[in-house]
Formats: sequence, structure tokens, C-alpha cells
Amino acid sequence: MATHGAQAARFEQTSFAVGDKKLGMWVFLASEVMFFTGLIGSYIILRWGASSSWPGPGEVLNVPITAGNTFLLICSSVAMVKAFAAIEEGNQKGLKLWLLATIVMGASFVGVQAYEYTELVHHGFTPASGLYGSTFYAMTGFHGFHVTMGVLCMIWVLGKAMRGHYTRENHQGVEVIGLYWHFVDLVWIILFTIVYLI
Amino acid sequence: MNAEHKKPRYLLVWGGLALLTAIEVGTAFMVRGALSGFGIAEGTITTLIILILIGLAIWKALLVALYFMHLKWETRALKWLAAAPLLPATIIVVVVLMEYV
Repeated sequence: MATHGAQAARFEQTSFAVGDKKLGMWVFLASEVMFFTGLIGSYIILRWGASSSWPGPGEVLNVPITAGNTFLLICSSVAMVKAFAAIEEGNQKGLKLWLLATIVMGASFVGVQAYEYTELVHHGFTPASGLYGSTFYAMTGFHGFHVTMGVLCMIWVLGKAMRGHYTRENHQGVEVIGLYWHFVDLVWIILFTIVYLI
Repeated sequence: MNAEHKKPRYLLVWGGLALLTAIEVGTAFMVRGALSGFGIAEGTITTLIILILIGLAIWKALLVALYFMHLKWETRALKWLAAAPLLPATIIVVVVLMEYV
């Protein structure tokens, strides 16, 4: 009973009626919206204010590969919700397997992005290639950094899951990394449209 | 807030996201060719394509936020917190775009 009381105090509900970590993550994500809005706002000014013409979709960037990568990130989000759904039912094995699947797909997304960058640089398209180059690398680079951080945090969460840290009653950590992961997916949905298709 | 509606149909959302992504790529590459025979001005077609693409992207983003992030089942206060940055974000984008539209 004492342990239970300590647990309850540790995960005290905020006045938002959600756990403290979850509330913290949502506030952080709200600030992230403004971070990416800053990038998008700058992009609009630089693109439509540019004196030179802007390459159309597919002229410089490889859209089929990135569309596949977009699909991969969407699949990783599904794996993440599956991990969360598993631990909600106290399913330890399901949690670990789906977390691992999310990590593999997230790392693959970064891998494909690294391949894309390598190919582009090989063809002479670098961050120094005018406003198109600098905005492309700034926007996709900051997103890739977010995915990388997500993968690293999720490896940490998987480590805790391996040690049986999460239970049916206590799995706020899984929920919180999930929120971050889906947000990174959401941002990519917007960036893919703006950077690759428009 | 959770209990009874806990099980969103994730695979349905997944299918929807995949389908919308395919439609997006199709829109970016095929609409211009399909409309070019109708004598519509280039600029009008470009604007139309951009509006469709932005609409599809927002639709996908909403699916992720509502179902994967479970916002649909959260309290009113948390929904407001999540939606709060959308107002300043929209203001920034609209104000910046006004220079060019």
C-alpha cells in the first residue's frame, strides 16, 4: 500500500487531468509547432521572394524514394500505437516487439534520408546551392534531427521495457515518447508536402 | 475519458494515411497534365494544386493528431492546449503569404 501511495504521488495528476510527463510533453510539442512554423514562414519568404525560379516537384529531389520513406514513417507510427495498446493491456512482449519495430523503421527513415543527402551532394546539390539548397537542408535536416532524437529516446524506453519497468497501470513513459513520435510523423507530413510536392 | 472508446481502428487510419499520400503524389504530378487541355491559366492550375495538396496534408495531420495521439479522447483542456499554437502559427503563415498572394 505504501508503494502504491508513492507511485500515485510520483505520477500525480495535473489540473489538466493528465499525468505530469504527458502535460509536459504537450507543452513542449506546442513550442515545437512554433519552431517549425518559423522554418515554414522563412521558407515562404525565401521561396516566393526569390528572384530566380524555383525547381518544380521532382526536378531536383527524388520524390518516389521520399514518398516511400513517408510511408515508412507512417508505418512506424502505427507500430508505436501498437506498442502503447499492448502495454495498456499489460502485454510486455507486445510492448517490446512493437517498440523494436518502431525503432527499426525510424532508424531506416534516417538511413534513407542519409542516402538521399549523399546522392544529392554527389550530384552537386549542397546547402550552398542557393536558397533552394539551404531551405531544403535546413527543413529536412531539423526534421531528421528530431527523428534521430526520437529513435535514441525510444531505445532508452525499450531498455526500460526490457527491465520490466512499464506495467498496465504505469506506462506514462511509453505514452509520452509515443506523442513525440507521432508529432515528428505529423511534421513530416507537412514538410513532405511543402518541400517535395509544391 | 478513455475506457470505453479505447480502441481506435489504427489499421483503418493507417490505410487512410497511405491512400492520402498516394493521392498527394498523384496530384503533384498528374493534375497539371490532366487540366492542360482545358485552356485554364497556368497560374490558376498551380494555385489549385497547392490548395489541394495543403488540404490533403492538413487532413493527414489531423488523422495523426486525433487518432494516433489520442487527442479525440482527451479532455477539453488538453485539446485547447494542443490547439493553442495553431492560432499564432496560422497568423504567421497568413501574414507572410499576404506579401506574395
